[in-house]
Amino acid sequence: MSSEPLTRSEPLLCGLVQTEADRAEPLLRAGNTNCGGCGMSVGLNLLSRAIAQRPVQMVIPACCGIVTAGQYPFSAYGAPVVASTFASAAAVATGLAQVATINGDNTRVIAWAGDGGTYDIGMATLSAAAERNEDVLYVCYDNEIYGNTGGQRSSATPVGATTTTTPQGKDLEKKDILGIMAAHRVPYCATISLAHPEDTHRKMEHALDTRGFRFLHILAPCPTGWKSEAAEGIELVRLAVRSGLFPVYEAYGGDRHVINVEPDLSRAALEQYFALQGRFRKGSVDLDRVAEMIERNWKLLRARAAGAS
Amino acid sequence: MTAELLSANHASARAATLAGRANRFGRGFGGGVYPITPQSECIELLCKQEFDKGAVVRVESEHSAMAVCIGMSLAGARTFTASSSNGLAYMAENVFAAAFYRLPVVMMAVNRTLGPPWNIWVDHGDTLMLRDAGWIQLYCEDNQEVADTTLLSYRLAEDARVLLPVMVCQDAFVLSHTMMQTELPGQQEVDDFLPPLELPHAVKNTPVTVGGLDFPHETEVHRREHHEAMNRVPAVYAEVQDAFERRFGRRPADRVVPYQMDDAEVVFVSMGTTASTAKAVVDAARARGVKAGALRVRMFRPFPEDLLTTWLRGRERVAVLDRDICPGMGGILWSELRGLAPGALVQNYMLGLGGGDIRPEHLEKVLEDLLARDAAGEPQIVEVG
Repeated sequence: MSSEPLTRSEPLLCGLVQTEADRAEPLLRAGNTNCGGCGMSVGLNLLSRAIAQRPVQMVIPACCGIVTAGQYPFSAYGAPVVASTFASAAAVATGLAQVATINGDNTRVIAWAGDGGTYDIGMATLSAAAERNEDVLYVCYDNEIYGNTGGQRSSATPVGATTTTTPQGKDLEKKDILGIMAAHRVPYCATISLAHPEDTHRKMEHALDTRGFRFLHILAPCPTGWKSEAAEGIELVRLAVRSGLFPVYEAYGGDRHVINVEPDLSRAALEQYFALQGRFRKGSVDLDRVAEMIERNWKLLRARAAGAS
Repeated sequence: MTAELLSANHASARAATLAGRANRFGRGFGGGVYPITPQSECIELLCKQEFDKGAVVRVESEHSAMAVCIGMSLAGARTFTASSSNGLAYMAENVFAAAFYRLPVVMMAVNRTLGPPWNIWVDHGDTLMLRDAGWIQLYCEDNQEVADTTLLSYRLAEDARVLLPVMVCQDAFVLSHTMMQTELPGQQEVDDFLPPLELPHAVKNTPVTVGGLDFPHETEVHRREHHEAMNRVPAVYAEVQDAFERRFGRRPADRVVPYQMDDAEVVFVSMGTTASTAKAVVDAARARGVKAGALRVRMFRPFPEDLLTTWLRGRERVAVLDRDICPGMGGILWSELRGLAPGALVQNYMLGLGGGDIRPEHLEKVLEDLLARDAAGEPQIVEVG
């Protein structure tokens, strides 16, 4: 290992290892009860490194993310956390951020919510906070399922995935959440690939330091719900990025779109992504349909990215 | 202290503004606000106020209005919002949450009929739906009481022995849109009455999770603490009455407000503005030689069982006037107090449902029915609409 001092742009082992460059109190403490291979846990560790010494307050609605905290009076989070009602993360975060602002505090307020709390029940609240350009960083860890309640479909569940409420596989596409949030013309929106920690670190730092409403979308593998191997989560994200299924890009002010990772759009990556997950086995996914979807999404994204240059 | 002609909506907004500004040396003031008839004038006026340290957030729903209050209160600010009827129903989840977090949020609630079918007039069923939400509930009879109650609610809510949210309830249109001569204190007096809020469990930098997971044992403890705080409210309220009177020269009404009760044999019990009509009918009945009296339940939560028991002891006949209905049960006020007057004939009348104007002649009919009875019967709906 190099003896050179670590810098914050050089996360060790994808930012998953606590080093002297990290905040003294990791955001996700040891002893939490998250499942092995939980993508949300990886996201929290990356966020922990990006936060570094910044004072933060978090709002987490009723979801896996708050079960992570553990049983009262203990907390597996190394930062103050408000456990909000399911739909209210963006509004409770608004309250904390407004009081920080009127008092001149330098606290950064982070809402951390799953896809259920973002795409579904929290959508109106999220949209309103974005419209008001509240000084809140909203992170959606998207495991494409209501994981905490046992694996029901959400509007983030992809085509073909079986869930407990779509036993034959979901026939509908997931929402374009980043497109929705970018359409609010907020200062910063980005997708986060857990397989690309350097890109993630840069974006998280930018998102933490930008004023106004910021939105990050993490594709967060859920081995329990996806019926995949715990050790393969990061590889699944890599395949989703390579195949073009999960575009890695950012939107500044809703108009300047920047593609951060070029996919190879390979059929092999797509096939492997679906083959490695039990949730797609029963649904007999039509990969041609998925490929068409990817092509359409990328055409739109490239037009947006070109339009701003 | 200056007297102005104010609607109860405006009286409430002005009082909240004074209370909010009084926290400028603390963490400031704010709240989420969302319009609904007949409360909108309150938040409209609040949105016109300027605060040295404050933020009124125009949110997209009542649910978020309370969520913003929760966030701001947890950050140590003094908070206020207002709602009504279906807005309260939509807000309900976070109404409970605010109490479970033990936050001194003050909410003005204009009592309005729940729909559909849509009806904007007074009915107490909306706030009574939230009777088990763990909030202190105070029901007002006039605009001065709305203004005073808004102010004193902060002192009560923020008391370290209490730390509970307060709902200031007032009747749609009868008060909300009716102008009355109302006295409002100056800022300096309010500053003296309401010192800066110091919320002991405010979220700062300590890594704790507020509102995380409870197992049954923890919930038992939390509910017990909540219940005990509620049980301390009557004593703290008496202190707040004293402090208010010392500072403003006017004594806020007791938890139960008696009228002509010294020798009363026949008693009306009601809440809100129904009590004003009841007083007029008591006077008329007394002129005819009927020993009538009236009780107004001002504090519904915590329920003033002690005072009602005392006031109802030895009375002969009691008419409980509910401006609400629990279908399949009867009036909510009646269902809670009917066991408190052993030996008396306690009859329930539900009247003024959906905002029907309760006039003296309606209460005269109630009195006539009450006096003619041999025994109490099923709860009666008295149509006045």
